[in-house]
Amino acid sequence: MLASTRRAERRSAFILIAPFLLIYLVLFIYPTLKMLELSFTNAPLIGEGDWVYFKNYVRLFGDRLFKTAVWNTGYFVVLTVVPNVAIGLLIALMVDRLKGWTQSIVLAAFFLPYILPVSVVFLMWRWILDLQFGIAQYPIELFYGERVPVFRTIPWFLPMVGLITIWWTNGFNVLLFIAGLRNISPEIYDAAAIDGANRWQLFWKITWPLIWPVTALVATIQLILQLKIFDQVYLFSIGGRSEPTMVLVQYIYREAFQRNHGGYAATIATALFVLIAALSVLQYQVLRARGAER
Amino acid sequence: MSVETGRIKLPTIGAEGRHRRLRAFDMAGLVLTLATFVFAIIWAFPLYWAMVTTLKPEYEVVQPGVRLWPETFTLEAYAYVLLNTKIGLWYLNSLVTSAAVTMIVIFTAATCGYAISQLRFPGRRLLYLTIMASFMVPIQALIVTHFVLMSNFGTLNTWLGIILPQLIVPVVVIVYKQFFDSIPRDFREAAIMDGANDFQLLFKIYLPMNWGVTTALAIITFIGAWNAFLWPFLAQSSEETMNITVGVTQVHSAFGVQYARELAGAVLAGLPVALAYLIFQRRVTQAITLSAGIKG
Repeated sequence: MLASTRRAERRSAFILIAPFLLIYLVLFIYPTLKMLELSFTNAPLIGEGDWVYFKNYVRLFGDRLFKTAVWNTGYFVVLTVVPNVAIGLLIALMVDRLKGWTQSIVLAAFFLPYILPVSVVFLMWRWILDLQFGIAQYPIELFYGERVPVFRTIPWFLPMVGLITIWWTNGFNVLLFIAGLRNISPEIYDAAAIDGANRWQLFWKITWPLIWPVTALVATIQLILQLKIFDQVYLFSIGGRSEPTMVLVQYIYREAFQRNHGGYAATIATALFVLIAALSVLQYQVLRARGAER
Repeated sequence: MSVETGRIKLPTIGAEGRHRRLRAFDMAGLVLTLATFVFAIIWAFPLYWAMVTTLKPEYEVVQPGVRLWPETFTLEAYAYVLLNTKIGLWYLNSLVTSAAVTMIVIFTAATCGYAISQLRFPGRRLLYLTIMASFMVPIQALIVTHFVLMSNFGTLNTWLGIILPQLIVPVVVIVYKQFFDSIPRDFREAAIMDGANDFQLLFKIYLPMNWGVTTALAIITFIGAWNAFLWPFLAQSSEETMNITVGVTQVHSAFGVQYARELAGAVLAGLPVALAYLIFQRRVTQAITLSAGIKG
């Protein structure tokens, strides 16, 4: 090829990547590096601070609230990830059987919550679980014996926020599972049915192994997503004590925006970053394993 | 004698066995279908309950018992929210910032994805790997430095301040790259020989070739920006500059403890995205499966 056309190709390439690159460098690479730098200082949120070397990191290891936040985040992950995947697969199997417009309507019923902003989900469920007037207090009273101020009762808080999160985000998992189920050739089922396999066997011998790559994908996506939990936990804790139910991102927010400790907040953020980066490598491995199977 | 089932010919006895099994299946199938409907109704009930609450007068909302339909139908809650809060402004803020985020993200991702896929230039592989690696950085970890940066730019409490940190959506670049990868490079070379340039090629041929992908990505980016909570919540401090998702949760004094009004605000906040989904159901599904790396 002519050198001039190659030069032209390079020139268009640089013009085409320039807008993205500019945004990426200023709003992503720079803030990431700045976060690492800030984590070694005692800077307030806005303004200069002194270099304190590893002091913030040392403090992190002895920080009880940080431990609480790590513990609660882990607890929240346990509460949500596996149930969310299992329910997602269950609903996908149920919806996938249906045909035509009934399928569209049923799918919409399961998916619609996912499309809503977190504030809407928050306002809805605060009303539903309201101590005095909430409709969910009837079943709670029936099974538990008394009404519960759910978001002011520490043992109830994270499980209930977890339940609401599953209700809210499950539609995403359902969509991915349905896409996965549609990739399984119907001929395999036909053949197995002719061989006399029942519904139960069809699921465990065919669907489950063939859908497994999607299951692994959904599980890792959920794992990383729930580690970054903030919005719901923060919103439902407004007006109450937030320390006992503190999660990691909420702790970053508190240190930076309520305590004006920019440096220490950056240290917590770096810890979160390291955690998520490690898990993303795991996710990448899962995805690559999937690619190899194809 | 034989019976045709699909493309396999079976002897009659086998077919009878299959027939009986199918009938048994249908019974179980019916039960399953009914269970699915019941489950779907339970799942959607909170949405219905919130909707119906907004149509009741406040005194009816706090009456004990379950009334699935308002005794007195009223739009008072909506009228109150529209007249007594800054919801119009919040709507405008959400609309402007989400539309801007969508346009900028789609434009920069399409051009960058095209360059990475179709063009050869130094640093191409490095750029691609950096974008892939950026999935490892939780954007929530950057709130502190984004805030400092926006403060230095003087953009806090402005539309620009809400828009800028939301422009980092690397997955859109990857989806575009994969889309352009499906077009053979010979196609580009032939077009270049004929005197076209890369900009014409991208905007006049490649993108119009499949607007579906762009529509799908645009819808999902818009929904994501509209629904964003954490950053818009941090980036503003006055009622005038709030996005609607922040506004409906922050201004309690405007509502008091009146649930019908509060939920009317919520319904108005969720309406645009719910409608967008119901109208573009297919595209939303496509965008979600594409971004997750599953062929739908």
